[in-house]
Amino acid sequence: MASDFFQGWLAGGILASTPIFYAALGETVVEKAGLINLGVEGTMLVGASVGFAVSSTTGSVAVGLCAAALLGGVFNLLLGPLVVGRGANQLASGLALMFLGQGLSAYYGKAFVGTTVDGLGPLALPVLSRVPWLGPILFRQDLLVYLTVPSAIFVWYLLGRTSWGLHLRAVGEDRMVAYAAGSNTGLLRYQALALGGVLAGIGGAHLSLAIAHTWTEGITAGRGFIAVALVIFAAWSPLRVLLGALIFGGTLALQIQLQARGAEVSPFLLDMLPYLVTLAVLVQLRKASRGRMPEGLKEVFESSA
Amino acid sequence: MLALRNRSALALDAGLLAGALLLFSLLLLTSGKNPLDTYGSLLRSTLGSAYGLSEVVVKLIPLLFTALAVALPARLGLVNVGGEGQLHLGALFAASAALSLGPGTPGWLGLPAGALAGMLGGAAWAFAPALLRSLGWLNETISTLLLNYVALRVVDFFVYGALRDPGSANVPQTKAFGPGFLWPAFTGRVHVGIALGLLALALAAVLLFLTRWGYEIRAIGGNPVAAHRHGLPLAATTIAVLCAGGALAGLAGTGEIMAIQGRLRPHFSADFGYLGFLISWLAGHRPLRILVMGFLVAVIATGGDSLQLDQGLPSATVNILMALLLFVVLAREGKRGV
Amino acid sequence: MPSASRGELLLETRGLTKVFGALRANDGVDLRIHAAEVHAVLGENGAGKSTLMKMLYGYYHPTSGEIFVGGKPVRLGSPRHGRAHGIGMVFQNFTLIPALEVWENIALFLDKRPLEREGLLERIREVSRAYRLDLDPRALVRELPFGTRQKVEIVKVLLTGARILIFDEPTSVLAPHEAEALFTIFDELRGRGYAVVFITHKLAEVLRCADRITVLRRGRVAKSLPAGEATKEGLASLLVGEAGATDPEAIPRRRAGTSLPSGLRPVLRFDRVSCTTDDGRPGLTGLDLAVHPGEVLGVAAVSGNGQEYLGDLVLGLRPVTEGRILLGGEPFDPSPVAALARGVACIPEDPLGMGAIPGLSVRENLILGAHRPYWNAGGFVPDRGRLEAAARTALTTAFVQAPPSLEALAEDLSGGNLHRVLIARELSRNPIALISYYLTRGLDLSNARAARELVLAHAARGMGLLFISEDLDELFTLCDRILVLHAGRSRGIFRPVETSPRDVGLLMTGADHARAA
Repeated sequence: MASDFFQGWLAGGILASTPIFYAALGETVVEKAGLINLGVEGTMLVGASVGFAVSSTTGSVAVGLCAAALLGGVFNLLLGPLVVGRGANQLASGLALMFLGQGLSAYYGKAFVGTTVDGLGPLALPVLSRVPWLGPILFRQDLLVYLTVPSAIFVWYLLGRTSWGLHLRAVGEDRMVAYAAGSNTGLLRYQALALGGVLAGIGGAHLSLAIAHTWTEGITAGRGFIAVALVIFAAWSPLRVLLGALIFGGTLALQIQLQARGAEVSPFLLDMLPYLVTLAVLVQLRKASRGRMPEGLKEVFESSA
Repeated sequence: MLALRNRSALALDAGLLAGALLLFSLLLLTSGKNPLDTYGSLLRSTLGSAYGLSEVVVKLIPLLFTALAVALPARLGLVNVGGEGQLHLGALFAASAALSLGPGTPGWLGLPAGALAGMLGGAAWAFAPALLRSLGWLNETISTLLLNYVALRVVDFFVYGALRDPGSANVPQTKAFGPGFLWPAFTGRVHVGIALGLLALALAAVLLFLTRWGYEIRAIGGNPVAAHRHGLPLAATTIAVLCAGGALAGLAGTGEIMAIQGRLRPHFSADFGYLGFLISWLAGHRPLRILVMGFLVAVIATGGDSLQLDQGLPSATVNILMALLLFVVLAREGKRGV
Repeated sequence: MPSASRGELLLETRGLTKVFGALRANDGVDLRIHAAEVHAVLGENGAGKSTLMKMLYGYYHPTSGEIFVGGKPVRLGSPRHGRAHGIGMVFQNFTLIPALEVWENIALFLDKRPLEREGLLERIREVSRAYRLDLDPRALVRELPFGTRQKVEIVKVLLTGARILIFDEPTSVLAPHEAEALFTIFDELRGRGYAVVFITHKLAEVLRCADRITVLRRGRVAKSLPAGEATKEGLASLLVGEAGATDPEAIPRRRAGTSLPSGLRPVLRFDRVSCTTDDGRPGLTGLDLAVHPGEVLGVAAVSGNGQEYLGDLVLGLRPVTEGRILLGGEPFDPSPVAALARGVACIPEDPLGMGAIPGLSVRENLILGAHRPYWNAGGFVPDRGRLEAAARTALTTAFVQAPPSLEALAEDLSGGNLHRVLIARELSRNPIALISYYLTRGLDLSNARAARELVLAHAARGMGLLFISEDLDELFTLCDRILVLHAGRSRGIFRPVETSPRDVGLLMTGADHARAA
């Protein structure tokens, strides 16, 4: 019985962590460029609604995912003219973007409320999924789950080992120096927003296509904000973001498992855990965080007082 | 020269606003809706009838408080996104007070007790983020945002648990509050909260521009370095103002359950906290402008509710319009915005 | 320092001029830089050195005049162009990103796609070995001491293919032994045929390593000469200029023979005070100073030599690491509130940034810190009448003519007017001790005179004044005694009659001889 519980929990945790992971990975790129996007929630909603709607209409999940990624990228870019072009307050702009995402996804998703779609199903890997105990947990997941680790590695490589990534990080640290070095600071930040949006869009799509298999208004329920906190929690490292997402997903899945077994613990207390843990870790890691935070972000946070 | 600046600024404002409305109209067109129909429906359901107008006012009441909850800290340069959570805790504290004191409590005790409890709850919820910020440990934007989600669960915990009404089996809610706690209405659903809200706005304006504390708040917000060098108490002011904001949001929550709902239920807030944030930013955090912007947003939000019935559009559609308006204001202010 | 045989003419400017509005930062500058030469550009603050260098690097575009590289006229539209022509600049504020590793910082400026990490690491190690720089390319810049960071900048500039290396005030952030190491690197570079241009105001350094010296004063070339012909005194007088730079009529003289009552305890005293900078390097070391009632104690120092900490220390914004501060003979626990309560005022270096609230009116700025009395009923009811009267009085005592409107917002005032508002504010509180930074900076002649008269009037009534200034004429005319500060240490306290601007100038710039008071 206990083994069943753990299996269910771990498998569920991995699944639940995936949307948040992609959104947080995208936001990592954005924040490394010195911007903070509180509107990730909106981007995820756009991805979730578009992914579902297009899959439903065309009958192809692949097309749906591409559409979600594309429109997620475009949506995130809307922040660009505000915060890069006009230098507007990033926190307020992000929340405006969130509202927009909520509205747009509700509006265009209206026709699809209540419908279901097969979406993205689990893909059992040939030999690996038969490995005792671990097999069903790790290797009977859907494609996007499998792509999480490669995505994290890809972004890690992109940021740390390419010229583009180097210039991007320079922009996030000190725009003046980056400019002196010849970087196109505006273009780089727009590109970061686009990539961030693509990933967040995919994260949202995973939620509607692989987990819920349906669309409802506000399906993300704050996951976008958790993703933003996660990035700080992970000290802006793509690989640690994976870990953080798993912890979150684990807490989400734990609640489901416990409830299914009629456990005594209040689901609400469990539900609070991810947020409280995040807060505790953020406070605990404050010195280390400050050490790792891109300098450009510090301006946004340490506004005054 | 000044007149010219004002005229062109106004023209720019009007142009940007028109742009936002145009975009929204285009959006409606893309899914086959006639924008004129939608605007018409929006206006008719809100300003077109006495009932509509009263619903707008009812929506406005909590928004005035939650907007102030953002505006006051914003004067210090702080970003309080925790209105949603603070109003929930305010409601929770008020509900607890009402239920502990019992249904027989007279109005002269019940009303102030409820209100004070509500303010205490909201302030308490803002205290931890305030402290963390004043110590320089954690930015208040993140902490208040995360605590919003915790607050929802805290309320759920009590409503499904200790405060649950055993009489209503399938519906999670508390017992109804005694009549001594309920906020009286002027007419229909429009309750005293409107008077309190207007009073709060006036008091906020007085506080900021007439009193010594307002002076200190504006000085610290304007240049914390200079203020600190001249002995102004940064940490104490930060905590006081954030908690005051929390108290105001708490009052918003109290009003909703004491005047409209009559008991505490989960999800009683229609995004009042976030809308308040929106309003305060649209209003440049100025108390009197909050009234104007608050009314505008209340019209849009209320109109949105009936869009569902009228036009078959989800109520969240109006979020698009509100977001566009905020985009416009932010783009216009640029770096000069708080 | 014997000059090696000079190589070809690498860089030349003719009539280079840069005008910013009303300010002529550079005026007709002719400069000739040769290969295998260390060329020093010497000048005081505001002489135009930095502007000149920024034009050479492509940061600024000249208003008129020409630049020639290798004999051909060039237009340097951006730093990239400068780099493309082989001009490399090592800035005073390093263009380094502390959060990145050494090799990443260099790669950023090399702008290679793809990154070629291994190749670059090897090249850095090579150059490091060749010049004995001892650099670890994988180190995080954040963890490197300033001397090492400068080495990173040097390697960066060499790897971008520079033949002319321009150093802007290179030793301002270095300890003496690090500066010596830098000069060894200069020798090494010269030996390999590079041209080294270094900008400084420090005479000792110039005499130590330059082959050729160009002295800038007020945006113009005062003189350009080979090092062999230069003497300390000659350079000092070219640098600091003869007296008469400031209109003598504008400076009120202290009453001749003003004698201070003896036996009075100093209003402000520093007893062997030390402090550190934000990076942990020494800020002030063992500073002793005492300001007596009614005394004007001047502080003569070039920008960035420690005087910037004096105000912060008294206000408690920076901790005293050694020694103590005393007010009126009593030990004092510094904090802004305590300082205000004890009657210590400060007119800061950066009036808008440190002293004023931009969005508030002049009236509201005038009461900052001492604002409590203007509200009644526990802070609820403003006493407008009283406030108005006090504000008006403060302004009229400080302003000769045309005081700004009390309604005007601080951010809308001109720099000079804002400065005067701050002066008015601090003096209206009749402090027992005033620390003033660059009192007359940005003020025109008549207002400068008025400001000086105002502080002297307060001094005559017993206020002690710690007068920080870069203007030697002003210091010599106004002060009872002058403390010379260099690299965070006192170089002596003198009465004006016992010394001369030239000697003080030498001490300010780190020359060796001293005559103690």
